[in-house]
Amino acid sequence: MIKLEPRGQHSKLMAWLSPVFAGVLTLISGAILFALLGQDPLEALHTLLIMPVSDIYGLAELCVKAAPILLCAIGLSVVFKAKVWNIGAEGQLLMGGLIGSACALALIDAEGFWVLPAVLLAGMVGGALWAGLAAWLKTSFNANEILTTIMLNYIALNLLIWAVHGPLKDPDGFNFPESAMFSDSALIPTLIDGTRIHFGMLFALLAVVVVWVLLSRSFLGFQIKVLGLDASAARLAGFREKRLVWIALLISGALAGLAGVGEVAGPLGQLVPSISPGYGYAAIIVAFLGRLHPVGILLATLLMALIYMGGEMAQINLGLPVALTGLFQGMLLFYLLACDVLINFRIRIPALSTPATDKLAANQEAAN
Amino acid sequence: MAEAHITPPRLTLRRITKIYPGCVANDSIDLNIEPAEIHALLGENGAGKSTLMKVIYGLVKPDQGEVLWDGMPVEIKDPAQARKLGIGMVFQHFSLFETLTVTENIALALGDDAGDLPSLAKRIREVSEKYGMALNPDREIHTLSVGERQRVEIVRCLVQPIKLLILDEPTSVLTPQEVETLFVTLRKLAEEGCSILFISHKLDEVRALCHNATILRAGKVSGECKPADESSQSIARMMVGDDTPISTDYPKVLREEPFLQVSGLNRVSDDPFGTDLHNISFSVNAGEILGIAGVAGNGQEELLGALSGEDQVENHDAIHFPHGAVGHLSPRERRAAGMAFVPEERLGRGAVPDMSLKDNALLTGFLTGLVNRGMIAHGKTRDFAKQIIERYKVKTSGTEAHAESLSGGNLQKFIIGREIMQNPKLLIAAHPTWGVDIGAATAIHKALIELRDKGAAILVVSEDIDELFQISDRIGAICHGRISPIKPTPDTTINEVGRWMAGDFAEVEIKA
Repeated sequence: MIKLEPRGQHSKLMAWLSPVFAGVLTLISGAILFALLGQDPLEALHTLLIMPVSDIYGLAELCVKAAPILLCAIGLSVVFKAKVWNIGAEGQLLMGGLIGSACALALIDAEGFWVLPAVLLAGMVGGALWAGLAAWLKTSFNANEILTTIMLNYIALNLLIWAVHGPLKDPDGFNFPESAMFSDSALIPTLIDGTRIHFGMLFALLAVVVVWVLLSRSFLGFQIKVLGLDASAARLAGFREKRLVWIALLISGALAGLAGVGEVAGPLGQLVPSISPGYGYAAIIVAFLGRLHPVGILLATLLMALIYMGGEMAQINLGLPVALTGLFQGMLLFYLLACDVLINFRIRIPALSTPATDKLAANQEAAN
Repeated sequence: MAEAHITPPRLTLRRITKIYPGCVANDSIDLNIEPAEIHALLGENGAGKSTLMKVIYGLVKPDQGEVLWDGMPVEIKDPAQARKLGIGMVFQHFSLFETLTVTENIALALGDDAGDLPSLAKRIREVSEKYGMALNPDREIHTLSVGERQRVEIVRCLVQPIKLLILDEPTSVLTPQEVETLFVTLRKLAEEGCSILFISHKLDEVRALCHNATILRAGKVSGECKPADESSQSIARMMVGDDTPISTDYPKVLREEPFLQVSGLNRVSDDPFGTDLHNISFSVNAGEILGIAGVAGNGQEELLGALSGEDQVENHDAIHFPHGAVGHLSPRERRAAGMAFVPEERLGRGAVPDMSLKDNALLTGFLTGLVNRGMIAHGKTRDFAKQIIERYKVKTSGTEAHAESLSGGNLQKFIIGREIMQNPKLLIAAHPTWGVDIGAATAIHKALIELRDKGAAILVVSEDIDELFQISDRIGAICHGRISPIKPTPDTTINEVGRWMAGDFAEVEIKA
């Protein structure tokens, strides 16, 4: 029989190895799954993980997918450090897209360098407002943020669908549920001609640096970390708990909002009903897979974006359902949670007992 | 058991060894307890007393060694088997259900042996009367004082046939008068042939009560003695070894310029089983140490919460610093006004377990120039942590060591050092040496006296009455959320403060 034994002190090495183990276990399980589906496992994994990024176009597309995930995940790392469980990055992303679109459509005839910043800012405000609702409910009524943020996700989605079928619908769009295309001055310019990679990826990288500085160098970040690790120590030191909850949620909401507006003003160029294939949810997995550390999150984001692309590739080349993406995301999270047990526990096989205990057992038997 | 000359010892431990990862808790320990003997087990925190006790009670399986019960080798697999042999144990921290009655609690502990409740209640009444421990079986636990709760735990052991009673630090929760009553009970039990293993670090009590003592140090037996023949000093030497200073007397001072003034402080506790504060008034003068004694759960937590600023009080003027009322200020604002605070919980309030000592230095030191325009001055913070470690001789691998990796005494030295190095005008310390070894306790006392002599006002709230008499210049007690008179330490006695701790003081006069 195998026993789990507390380590006494948690293992830093294991904290970083656990995501690696989770990745390997996901690959193995994936291969078994493909074999059961009658596919050649190696070829299927190749299609899923290598083929999407084997050319420049693929790499650029990887960045397009990575930008919103990275923005959401890096924002989540701030709230999660405070142990505030914002599950609502998806809703905040949608609101960012919605409010950003409303702004872009209101300015559809405007020209000038200020239009795009205004649109991006509107998106960030939209996301921050949505997270602010959860902050208000939590700090004023002690409402659990896990529940409120999840519910707000559905409200945001339905608001967006309503807007795209109603007030924001393109009057000349033959009644399709889409907005008009944004004007050029409201669009985020692309970085490389001929690809869809745009400045959004740079915003995301900038956000990584800013959050890194916030959490490792600033006193505000220190207070957020203390609040998360030990709320009673934060209280005794006089840190203002409610204010910190607000700040953390607003930061995470604004970054998710930026991710949303980055989608509509970037690759999409208009508001459509489905601006996110669950980036906000995937970001939760990414944040934990990256150990809430900026570099870890960057690496985990690339993996997650790859899984998104691989899912599409598998659908085209192997005729597998797109649910594959969700399946791989789920396996990754599942194995991560399982492997995280090893941070605080070690595996012991007690069959290999010490001579001392054997002797003791023998003594007792003799006595009986 | 009349023919005592051939009676084997009640309990014999031979070469008991227990190794935990990274530490030898018990290293080949021998122990003998005769029938009717009161045996003391002495040692500092971490000396291995608890582990040995758990071996006897079947909670821990030793790696090596044997246990003989009435001369027969036994393997005590679990507490149920220990109880069957006639071993009872009273833990330092009680495990009682607040909302159940005494009888129900004891029935739960006994399991199938409890029988029906009315006859159990009768047995409880008989036992408690026989041994002079008044106890009403029908009362709910939350209405009982800590001393009474301890009686419940002891009676729980006595309603079954008992041959060996183990008590872990039983006097730490009692007033001096309650200690006397407990000793009467224990002596009576011993006369009837029950052996008692008495675990303590209070040497005077051990000398007054115990026939023999075994002293542990760092997992080994460091000495055996008849406590009555030894002095407290000589026993303490066996506990700590030769190189640790034991204790000193500090000169007492009297000052007149108040820094902290509490007047008419009332507060309803947030905790349904907490204690409300009633009309608390006292002042702490600059340059003196005021000690407040009291048995745990008499309103200390509520008082300290109000003083630290974690809980703000409605009447702002109830808490007053020289520059004005502070009852409405946050902990941070009170710190800015010169207050420092050492909480009871080291890990989880005084320090963040999962953070480095450097970060923990910043935790309350942030007002002393360690933060520059919102950014942490990492270099300065590291220097600050380093200074605390050097000056207060904190044993650690360095400023990056996590707080949770330090022993209780070392972490407490770090926390007290961190607060003192901020040059506070007022230091409030809750149970500053609780669970700390003698060497560290002496260092902490010295640091407090030094700070006092620099002119700071110091308030020490402690359950350890001996400690308060050692370091306080004035002393009082808290009971049921009310404060006793406060007298200069030389003008009062341990007996008087003991009566105050039990609520025997004028202020309690019928207040309907």
